[in-house]
Amino acid sequence: MGTTKKTYWKGLEQLKNDPAYIKNADKEFVNLGAEEDPGHSRRDFLKMMGFSVAAVSLAACETPIRKAIPYVNKPVDVDPGIPNYYASTYINGGDYCSIVVKTREGRPIKIEGNSLSSVSKGGTSVPVEASVLSLYDNYRLRGVRIGDKSESWETLDKEVIAKLGEIAAKGGQIRIVSNTILSPSTLAVIEKFKAKYPTAQHVQYDQVSYYGMMKANEASFGTAFIPSYDFSKANVIVSFGADFLGTWLSPIEFARQYAATRHLDEDHREMSRHYQFEANLSLTGANADYRTPVRPSQSGLAVAQLYNLIAAKAGKGMVSGGLEGVANLDKAAEDLWANRGNSLVVSRSNNKSVQILINGINDMLGNYGSTILPNMPVNYRKGNDEAMSSFVSDAEGGKIDGVIFYNCNPVYDHPMGEKIAAAVKNMTLSVATNYTEDETGSAVTYKAPDHHYLESWNDAEPKKNFYSLSQPAITPIFKSRQAQESFMVWAGETNVDYFNYVKENWKNWFYAKSGGTMDFQSWWDKCLYDGVLEPGVADGTSMSFAGDVAAAASAVAARYKADNKGFELVVYESCGVGNGSQANNPLLQELPDPITKVVWDHPITISQRDAAAAGFTNDGESNTHYGALTVGGKTMNVPVLIQPGQMPGTIGIALGYGRTKVGKVAENLGINAYPFLTFSDGSIGLSTFEGVSLVKTETPFQLAQTQTHQTYMGRESVIQESVLSEFKKNPAAGREFPKITKWDEKVDPSTLSLWKGHDYKDHHWGMAIDLNSCTGCGACIVACNVENNVAIVGKDEVIRRREMHWMRIDRYYSSDGKHGDYEAMEKASENPEVVFQPMLCQHCNNAPCETVCPVAATTHSTEGLNQMTYNRCIGTRYCANNCPYKVRRFNWFKYHDNQQFYQSNPAMNTDLGRMVLNPEVTVRSRGVMEKCSFCVQRIQTGKLNAKKERRPMKDGEVITACQASCMTGAILFGDMNDENSAITKLLKIEKDPKRPYGIDKKIGNPRAYRVLEEIGVKPNIFYLTKIRNKEEAKGEA
Amino acid sequence: MMKRSISRFFTRVVPALIVLFSSFSLQAQDIPTDPAVISAGEALFNGNCKTCHRVKQKLVGPALAGVETRVPSVKWIFDWVRNPAKVIASGDEYANKIYTEYNKSQMTAFSNYKDEQILSILAYINAEASKVEAAPAPVAGAAAGGGSSVPSTYLDTILIGMVIILILLVIILALIVNALRKFLNQRELSSEEAEVVNSPITIGSVSRSPGFTFLVIFIVGVVAFKSVIDGLYSIGVQKEYQPKQPIAFSHKIHAGQYEIECKYCHTGAMKGKQANIPSPNICMNCHTQIKQGTTTGTGEIAKIYAAVGFDPDTQLYSGVTKPIEWVRIHNLPDLAYFNHSQHVNVAGVTCQTCHGPVEQMDVVKQYSLLTMGWCIDCHRKTDVNTKGNAYYDKLVELHNSKKAMKVEDIGGLECAKCHY
Repeated sequence: MGTTKKTYWKGLEQLKNDPAYIKNADKEFVNLGAEEDPGHSRRDFLKMMGFSVAAVSLAACETPIRKAIPYVNKPVDVDPGIPNYYASTYINGGDYCSIVVKTREGRPIKIEGNSLSSVSKGGTSVPVEASVLSLYDNYRLRGVRIGDKSESWETLDKEVIAKLGEIAAKGGQIRIVSNTILSPSTLAVIEKFKAKYPTAQHVQYDQVSYYGMMKANEASFGTAFIPSYDFSKANVIVSFGADFLGTWLSPIEFARQYAATRHLDEDHREMSRHYQFEANLSLTGANADYRTPVRPSQSGLAVAQLYNLIAAKAGKGMVSGGLEGVANLDKAAEDLWANRGNSLVVSRSNNKSVQILINGINDMLGNYGSTILPNMPVNYRKGNDEAMSSFVSDAEGGKIDGVIFYNCNPVYDHPMGEKIAAAVKNMTLSVATNYTEDETGSAVTYKAPDHHYLESWNDAEPKKNFYSLSQPAITPIFKSRQAQESFMVWAGETNVDYFNYVKENWKNWFYAKSGGTMDFQSWWDKCLYDGVLEPGVADGTSMSFAGDVAAAASAVAARYKADNKGFELVVYESCGVGNGSQANNPLLQELPDPITKVVWDHPITISQRDAAAAGFTNDGESNTHYGALTVGGKTMNVPVLIQPGQMPGTIGIALGYGRTKVGKVAENLGINAYPFLTFSDGSIGLSTFEGVSLVKTETPFQLAQTQTHQTYMGRESVIQESVLSEFKKNPAAGREFPKITKWDEKVDPSTLSLWKGHDYKDHHWGMAIDLNSCTGCGACIVACNVENNVAIVGKDEVIRRREMHWMRIDRYYSSDGKHGDYEAMEKASENPEVVFQPMLCQHCNNAPCETVCPVAATTHSTEGLNQMTYNRCIGTRYCANNCPYKVRRFNWFKYHDNQQFYQSNPAMNTDLGRMVLNPEVTVRSRGVMEKCSFCVQRIQTGKLNAKKERRPMKDGEVITACQASCMTGAILFGDMNDENSAITKLLKIEKDPKRPYGIDKKIGNPRAYRVLEEIGVKPNIFYLTKIRNKEEAKGEA
Repeated sequence: MMKRSISRFFTRVVPALIVLFSSFSLQAQDIPTDPAVISAGEALFNGNCKTCHRVKQKLVGPALAGVETRVPSVKWIFDWVRNPAKVIASGDEYANKIYTEYNKSQMTAFSNYKDEQILSILAYINAEASKVEAAPAPVAGAAAGGGSSVPSTYLDTILIGMVIILILLVIILALIVNALRKFLNQRELSSEEAEVVNSPITIGSVSRSPGFTFLVIFIVGVVAFKSVIDGLYSIGVQKEYQPKQPIAFSHKIHAGQYEIECKYCHTGAMKGKQANIPSPNICMNCHTQIKQGTTTGTGEIAKIYAAVGFDPDTQLYSGVTKPIEWVRIHNLPDLAYFNHSQHVNVAGVTCQTCHGPVEQMDVVKQYSLLTMGWCIDCHRKTDVNTKGNAYYDKLVELHNSKKAMKVEDIGGLECAKCHY
């Protein structure tokens, strides 16, 4: 199709037509050399056959006896085969999500969002979805350990209390170190402990610090806090490096708000405009309308410049140090000023002065009270960098006698981790409550493992006056103990019960204030059932901005430089592994990074210009070289990935890797980037401006990257996009309307068919995916993996293109250059536009896979599903070869009960891991094809529930796992036969009066299109066009 | 003053009226005769009472026919059903009499029963008691196992007919041979020819003939082939599988003799995928009192007590439990999804359709083939139970055919109905 206006490419190798890429681009199954030469002879074959015959006949002689063991005393609420759901709360440090846990026979098997929470609003994220597998982590501590010996809780308590007493007697110092604690009851427990041991102090720190922001708010408004943000009210969003859709502060909340501003239809033709100024291409940057690469050393000056541009309009005084010439900044200022009160400026910087300027800008724009809500402070990040630094220096100086690490791992994830590890060795008492023996756990003497959050009672206050409860969804698997109970025991209490303690607290704190008519028990039961309690926020006193912007600007001008020439290092959190606390979770490791599409690896990203200068190349098989990265005098070898969109002169490196004590999955994968974080101006910053260099080494390295897998053989109408100005004129802007040439005329492909088509009398399942709402985060992929028992295959198999994900998110870059102007296209790739497209089985009505299966293992259902029957499949792979969307995945191995995949796929290879498997879905074996089933198990359950209640089905009763996980609501699944369903309304479906239940329904939404419409396979998945809020489209012909 | 009298009216007179009214209605023994109430009572009786009571027959508890005439009052029944312990403890004479009469085994309390529910049970009892003993209907034969076959009487007739025809053919052929030999002997033959013509047909000559050899090899080959194929098809098919169970539980006694409803113990059949093997706490509903079996004495029941940690003498639980490891009889492969509630609840299929006459089995065996062919066969033949189920309304409307709507017609043969 030559009509596309843009050129899309999935990676540099595709754009450059790299020979290695071309060789395999159009192949579904790639032969990557003789890595599997079996060396078997005819004799082996005969031996194997003889053995098989004998085995089969032996097996046939006697059927194994299978036992059925009922409960002795069946719990009233548990019925084998019927799932139970419990509202709870995901808490990992300061990360928060209100969740619903699905359990089967007392085992949590899936996490879904809790729509009753007005904070997370039913959304989940990648780490939340994956956390259910962390519960079954083989590396978890089985019980108490003292030194290297397993001991009992009694022994540990006796020794810890004795030592605490000893320290208290001589007046020694005790510290409790933790990440941000969201739980008011936990904080109360720590207060109890401090009351018993008055020398004890509580130090909170965060892996990625927001301390500079809090200090800026203290300087601006008088109290150190972080406000709530409401992106849904913002017409213009300017972000300086804040990845608020991926990792910044509360991405689940922000992504939903952000997506709300980007919904478009014929009646609503307005959307927000988003500017991003950043060094490495982040998920948020990839979604921005205007993205400008900026060196970190200049970002502070760019903020000052924006301040001046706004101040000029507001008639306020200018500040020093503004940097001219940052692209799009003037335009951003115009838009911000035009949308005063409905705009938002945020920054990732942890520099107090930069944040004061940001506050000043927002104040001038009148955003406080509308998009920024200081009366609703959030508790996600409360870490105090200065307190943590003084803890480290005190510990080093031998001033601290006892330390308790409460579920935190500073030895790994604090820049001064090594010093902490060394200092802890000399202390009288060192305790860690971490549930694995991680880097900190190995450094301390007493390991007092806490429960996993899915085994715990707890509460949380993510925002002021928004409360949330955690309840156990499983009996503790190991001999762990709730850390809060440990604290109470060590504080000298007996008969501790943290559940009762939380309950009493809620009674005293909230029940009394609720003023309701319910008795306490009913009120408590309701809180537990809902999972959240939101009494509402009283309007706080209005705050007035009192920051000293002039002083801040001069501090910025002193720190930031307009003309830095050397390399700069940008440390970031990736969307999957994040801060590394769940690094041992293979679901996260095998999730392709939304931008780089790298799995199981930790490369640094550099720009094409720097790569050319230093001699780095990446080929189509992701072969690269190690680079010697020197930061602050320390040199490490890291693989290098060339990343379009990276600001030249900068190097991006993700946190969360390089863990040394974490378990088999992630041990020694990559390098630890935490030591690269630097302490400046009283807080820990994320970038290094000086002393960074990169030299190519000759050691080759092959990354596992999924981006080039499953391409479309040059058919580029899969992405249909336009800009808002065009959309306003014509809601069908950006659409392609392919025509098929007949002998006499050109016709719409849907009118030509070899087949008679199907009639779906009952349901007609379909899906709509809004490319404007999809941020590309990947939560749907993890949700799909967990729901459908998708095997994790490990790095080697991904390199052989054998990843099993049923769903992938295709990330396309598009060029600036005009179509056919190859020189312009080459240039454009330095800062490309990005489109994300979730790709899964399209459930074609004229499915090409069905017609080629020789054994009818893939067939069509009367409800529009393309069914895959594993027990019938003989593995010819014809279907995958014939699939235009390349969404069928073949089981090259038996991934379960197979020693080879023991490390990468514990969910199918260990007794502990297997508890996470969904009993409703078959675990596939070697040699069969598999693919997205539209969560047919959920459809069947929904239908059965309706039948049992003798009623028709309700819309929304069945949602697929991907839709349930999507925090922006980009995915919508439903019955297209149901006139009142959400999907019918979104797509504006009109039935064909001649054939009301046929497949050819008239789609009235001008944005909706089917991918590869011209081949006439008529999928049941519709995509809505991507619309950017730009003045004019890039690459317009 | 006015106010006070009104409040007095409410506090004293109204309750008195209520008591008067209710006692009036009870003394009138106003037990309903409405068929709807009787059927509601029947459901309650079968679900909860039938394990221990019959209408006309003494079982664990007394026969209930005419119960409301025996006991002091209908209100007494309400109290008794809701909390028998309290009635006994109150020193009620009649209550203590039956308590001692039934070896001090106390009835289970049904504390959440409403008056009208208990009345409906009484209505059912009255209706049953007044019925004339009808001849017991034979237990409904379960639907035939799988495979479509010609009725055996036809088959026999055809076979006998074929055998007769074959015998006639042999006789005719023998006559023809005789006639030909006579004819040939009348002609002049050389000695060699005569020898051939007159050579007798002996067993030896037949068995040595190539035609016979071929025939034997062919038959043996076909039989062997058939039995190999049949053998392969039977791999994993465990029809008639009847393993020994850890406790000699007899369905014949429980489901047959005492007519305990299947779903009383198999609680999941209406709700979910698994019908559930009952947990021993369900056994203990009755076996706290019934300590001796009719055929096995105390031996088998003691095994339940061991599992739940119950001491029958002190009537106390020790807290030490040991799960019972039953041998699983019905084993579907993991790749097949089967849901009991779809069949039992939605379709209204009786348990016996697939499990056979369990109520006649001392030791349960697998009655059906449980092969895919067996499933599909039933889905082809069975009408969808659409009555009173709004889910199917649209499908029934669209099913414009004179034939009844079979499971097959609404996608009952599709792969992803059972395999995913």
